[in-house]
Amino acid sequence: MAAFPWHSRQRNYKTELESCRLEPVPLDFGDYHPLKPITVTESKTKKMGRKGSTSSTSSSSSSSMVDPLSSVLDGTDPLSMFAATADPMTATANMDSSRKKRDRDDNSTVGPDFEPWSCKRGDILARYTTTEKLSINLFMGSEKGKTATSSSAVSEKVRTRLEELDDLEEGSQRELLNLTQQDYMNRIEELNQSLKDAWASDQKVKALKIVIQCSKLLSDTSVIQFYPSKFVLITDILDTFGKLVYERIFSMCVDNRSALPDHFSPENVNDTAKETCLNWFFKIASIRELIPRFYVEAAILNCNKFLSKTGISECLPRLTCMIRGIGDPLVSVYARAYLCRVLLTEMMERCKKLGNNALLLNSVMSAFRAEFIATRSMDFIGMIKECDESGFPKHLLFRSLGLNLALADPPESDRLQILNEAWKVITKLKNPQDYINCAEVWIEYTCRHFTKREVNTVLADVIKHMTPDRAFEDAYPQLHSIIKTIIAYFHDFSVLFSVEKFLPFLDMFQKENVRVEVCKCIMEAFIKYQQEPTKDPVILNALLHVCKTMHDSVNALTLEDEKRMLAVLINGFIKMVSFGRDFEQQLSFYVETRSMFCNLEPVLVQLIHSVNQLTMETRRVMKGNHSRKTAAFVRACVAFCFITIPSLTGIFTRLNLYLHSGQVALANQCLSQADAFFRAAVSLVPEVPKMINIDGKMRSSESFLLEFLCNLFSTLLIVPDHPEQGVLFLVRGLLNVIQDYTWEDNSDDKIRIYTNVLHLLSAMSQETYLYHVDKVDSNDSLYGGDSKFLAENNKLCETVITQILEHLKTLGKDETLKRQSVLALSFFNSILAHGDLRNNKLNQLSVNLWNLAQRHGCADTRTMVKTLEYIKKRSKQPEMSHLTELALRLPLQTRT
Amino acid sequence: MGTVLDIKIKRANKVYYAGEMLSGVVVISSKDSVQHQGVLLTMEGLVNLQLSAKSVGMFEAFCNSVKPIQVLTSSIEIVKPGKFPSGKTEIPFEFPLHVKGNKVLYETYHGVFVNIQPQKGKSTPSPVDFTITPETLQNVKERASLPKFLIRGHLNSTNCVITQPLTGELVVEYSEAAIKNIELQLVRVETCGCAEGYARDATEIQNIQIADGDVCRNLSVPIYMIFPRLFTCPTLETTNFKVEFEVNIVVLLHDDHLITENFPLKLCRI
Repeated sequence: MAAFPWHSRQRNYKTELESCRLEPVPLDFGDYHPLKPITVTESKTKKMGRKGSTSSTSSSSSSSMVDPLSSVLDGTDPLSMFAATADPMTATANMDSSRKKRDRDDNSTVGPDFEPWSCKRGDILARYTTTEKLSINLFMGSEKGKTATSSSAVSEKVRTRLEELDDLEEGSQRELLNLTQQDYMNRIEELNQSLKDAWASDQKVKALKIVIQCSKLLSDTSVIQFYPSKFVLITDILDTFGKLVYERIFSMCVDNRSALPDHFSPENVNDTAKETCLNWFFKIASIRELIPRFYVEAAILNCNKFLSKTGISECLPRLTCMIRGIGDPLVSVYARAYLCRVLLTEMMERCKKLGNNALLLNSVMSAFRAEFIATRSMDFIGMIKECDESGFPKHLLFRSLGLNLALADPPESDRLQILNEAWKVITKLKNPQDYINCAEVWIEYTCRHFTKREVNTVLADVIKHMTPDRAFEDAYPQLHSIIKTIIAYFHDFSVLFSVEKFLPFLDMFQKENVRVEVCKCIMEAFIKYQQEPTKDPVILNALLHVCKTMHDSVNALTLEDEKRMLAVLINGFIKMVSFGRDFEQQLSFYVETRSMFCNLEPVLVQLIHSVNQLTMETRRVMKGNHSRKTAAFVRACVAFCFITIPSLTGIFTRLNLYLHSGQVALANQCLSQADAFFRAAVSLVPEVPKMINIDGKMRSSESFLLEFLCNLFSTLLIVPDHPEQGVLFLVRGLLNVIQDYTWEDNSDDKIRIYTNVLHLLSAMSQETYLYHVDKVDSNDSLYGGDSKFLAENNKLCETVITQILEHLKTLGKDETLKRQSVLALSFFNSILAHGDLRNNKLNQLSVNLWNLAQRHGCADTRTMVKTLEYIKKRSKQPEMSHLTELALRLPLQTRT
Repeated sequence: MGTVLDIKIKRANKVYYAGEMLSGVVVISSKDSVQHQGVLLTMEGLVNLQLSAKSVGMFEAFCNSVKPIQVLTSSIEIVKPGKFPSGKTEIPFEFPLHVKGNKVLYETYHGVFVNIQPQKGKSTPSPVDFTITPETLQNVKERASLPKFLIRGHLNSTNCVITQPLTGELVVEYSEAAIKNIELQLVRVETCGCAEGYARDATEIQNIQIADGDVCRNLSVPIYMIFPRLFTCPTLETTNFKVEFEVNIVVLLHDDHLITENFPLKLCRI
C-alpha cells in the first residue's frame, strides 16, 4: 500500500470560533428576559413627586409580591387545626372539661416547668393498649351475705345505709365480660358521667359508691399490659370526685361576706364546712376494703386543708404505710404513684425529712422533666447530701442530677454554686468507675455554662482520679464521651487547645484503637466547625499530633475504608492550614506533613495538589513575573511534587499528577522541570497494567489510558521542544510507547489514539497555535513555520496514517466489518476536519474511506446522510468550495 | 302556701355536754303572714330500751318493767300568741343542759338493745403485744393440718379514746400458706340483765380490711381504725346493762383457714 502524504488544513482558529458563536443580541432595559432579576418597586410614588416616579417604571414583572403559600396559610393552618381537634386522645381526654383547670391548679404548686399530668396521661393511654378482652365487675358479692348473718339485729334503717355503700343500685350487681378496650373506656366514661349526674342531683351516697366500685377495679391485674391505662382512666374518676368534694366544701365556706381566698387557712373555714368535711373522712374511713379506702381517701386528701394546716402531711405517712397492706406488688406500686401524684409537694417535703430516700430522689430525678429538676438543683443537692447512702449510692444521684442539668438550665445565680457543691462530692468518690460515671455527665454542665478555666479544672481532676493504677483502662467509653462533649461545646479550637489539660487528657487513651477513635472525633469536629484557615501554632501542633496518631495506627491490616477515612480527615486538616502570604512557611509545613503522613497515599496526593496550588498562588501574586526569589521558590515546589509522585502506587494517580504538575511547572516557566514531568509520564505509560482495580472490580485500563493520553496530547501541543533533543522528541517518544504497548486483541483503542495523534500533529503544524501558556514560547513561535519542522511533522503523520490503514485492512473479516465501518468513518471525519482536501491523494483517501464505511452495509444511513449534509454546508463557506466536488464523489448507499 | 318550721342548732356537730348551753334558732318561713297561738319549745332527754328482733320473748318481762327513762326535760315559750309576718322569721333560743335530779346524762348511742353513757373517764395507755402461731390458737380441731405461720404485732393501746383511732402494727414474719386477707373486726357486746337473768349479744359493727393479698413478709402493716361515730360509745357498765367492745384481728389464708385473735377494748371519752 502506497503511503499517503499528510497535508494539514490551515486553520484560523479566531474566525472559526467567531463563526461558531451565537450572535449576541443586545437587550433593552425594559425587555423581558426570564433570567432578569425581578425588581419590585413600591408604588408610593405619588406623594414623593416626580423624583420617585421615574424609578417606579422599571419593574419588569408584577409589582405585587404576594407569596401564594403564605396567603393561603394566613391565620390558622387548617392542618394544625384539624390535628388539634382530631387527636384521638382528646376524645377520651374529654372526660371532664375542668380537669384541665385542675391540672393548672396542680401546676401552681410546682411551677410551669413540671410536666403536667395531662401529658403523661396521654402518653400512658397511647402506649399501654391491649386487644385482650376485659371485664368490669361492679359488685362484691360475698360481703353482703356475710354482713347479713352477723348483724341481723341492726335496725332496718342502719342496715340499708350500710348496704347502700356496697351496691351501686338495688340489684345492680353487674359483671361486664368480654369488653374490648374501647368498650371498657366507654363504660368507665359512663361511670364518670353517672358520678357527675349523681352529684348534681344531690345523691352523694351514690356518688361515693360509684367511686368505691371503680377503685375496686384497680385490684384486678388480669390483662396486665392494660393496667397502666386502666389506672389512668380510674384515677380520672377519682380526680373528678376529689374535685367535686373539694368544691362543694369550698362553696360552703362562702359566707354572706365573701368567698375564701385560694390560699386560705383552716381558721377561716366555718364549722358547717368543717363538719361536712369530717363527715366525708369518717364515711371513707369505714369503707371495708383496703384498696378503695386508700384511693378514695387519697382522692379527697386535699380537703384536709379545711381542717388543719398540717393535716395533709400528717396523713401522708399513714397512707403510705397503708399501701404495705396491698399484697400485689403492681397494684401497690400504682397506689403509691397515685399518692405521689395527688400530693407531690407534700411528698417532696417528706422526702427531705426522711433519711433513706436516695432511691426515691433518684426516681424523681429520672422521671420528672429536666426543667423542673434544674430549677431546683440547689434543693436537690441539699437533699442528696442529707440522704442516707445505704442502699442507693450517692454518685448515682449526682449522675441523675447531672443528666438533668445537661438538658435544662438552672437559674443563673445558682450555676457556679451547683458546680462547686456537686464537684465537691464527686471528687471525693473513691471508686474510679463511680467517679468517672459522674464526671462524664457533669462535664456537659460545665461546658455549657462555664469557661475553659472550669473545664480545665474538671479535666485535671479527672486525670488525677483516673491515672492511679491505670484506672482509665476501664473507663474508655466515659473518657471518650467526655471528649465528645467538650468538642461539642468548644468549636473554637484555639480555645480548646489552650485548655492546658486537654492534651494530657488525650494521653490517657492508651489503647490504640480507642485513641484513634478519639482522634477521629476531634478531627471531624475540626473539619465541621473550623471556618477560617488557621496558622495558630497551638492548633497546628495539637492537631498534627492528633493526625500523627491516626496516621501511625495504619498498618498492613488496616482496611481500605479505614485508611480512606483517616486520609479524608487529615486532608481536611491540611486544607485548613494557611500561613497567608508566608509561602515558604507554608511549603515547609507541607514538607513536614509529607514526612509525617507518608503511609497514607491520599494525603500525599493532597499535598501535591496543595503544593501545586501554592505554586499557582505564587504566580498569581507575582502576576506571572517571577522574581529571582519566587522563581527559586516555585522550583522548590515543583521539585517537591517531582520527588513525591514516584512514591505513590496508583498508576493513573501518578500519570495524572505528572501531567498536572507538569502543567503547573509550565505555567511557572520551569521548562526543564515540566519537560521532566512529561517525560516521566511518557516513560510510565508502558507500566500501565491491562487490568486495574476500580472499587474492588477488575476493569480494563484502556479507556482510562485513552482518556489520559488525549489529555496529555492537548498539553504536548504547547510544550516547546527541548533544545538538546530532536524535533518533537516527546511526541515521538510517546508514539514509540504506544507502538510497543500491548493492546488488547480486539480493541481499536490504539487506532483511536493514533487518530488523536494526527489531530495533535495537525494542530502543531499551524502557524499560530490554538492556545498558549503565558510567557512560554511554544513550537509555533520557536520554529516560526520552519519547513523542516513541518516536513518532520508530516512524516510523522504519514507513519501514523499508515498504521491506521493497516489496521483497517486487518478488520476485513466478517466478524469485524462493523468495527471497520465505524473506524473508517471516524478516520474520514478526522481527515475532513484536519486535512487539506485540496490535495488529490488525501481527497482520494477520504472517498475510499467513505466507500469502505459503506461497503458491507454496516454504516448507519442516517449518520452518513448527516455527514454528507454537513460537507455540503461546509462547502458554502469561503475557501471550502472544493468540498462541493468531494460531496459529488461520495455516494449514499441504500440498504438492500 | 304551707308554713315551714325548722330548728337550727348552732353547733355544727350537734354534740353538747351537761352544764353547757344549747343554743340555736327557730326558723319560720311562710309566704303569707301566719296567725299562731304562741311557740313553745320543749327539750327532752330519754333512755329508751328496745327489743331486739332476735330476742323476742326472752325479754318481754324485763323490757316491760323498764319504761323509757326521762333524764332531762325543759320547756320554754319563745313567742307569745300573735302573728308572724310573711317571709323568714328567726327566733333565737337557749337551753341550759341540766340533768334532772341525781340522774346521769348518757351519751347518745344507737345500740341493738339500748343506749347511752357518761361523758368523762380516764385513759391510761395499755399497749398489747401479740404473737400468733398455730400453737397459740384455741378451738383448733386438727392442729397438725394447719400451715405454719408466725404473725407478730402490737396494739398501741386497748384503752382507747373514742375520738382517736385504734392503732398498731402487724408483721407477717412467716407464713407457709399465702395470705388472702387481713381484717380488723370491731365487735360490740351488749349485755342486758336484771335479777331474773341476762342476755348477751355480740355484733360486728365495723370491718376494716388492712391487708389485701399476700403481703410482703417482715414489713409492718399498719393497724388503723377510726371508731364509727354512730355505733360506738364509751364502754359502759350499769346495773341494768353493759356495753363493751372488742376487736378481732382476722387473718384469712388462701387455703381458707381463718385465724382470729380477740382483744377486748375499753373506750372512753376525754
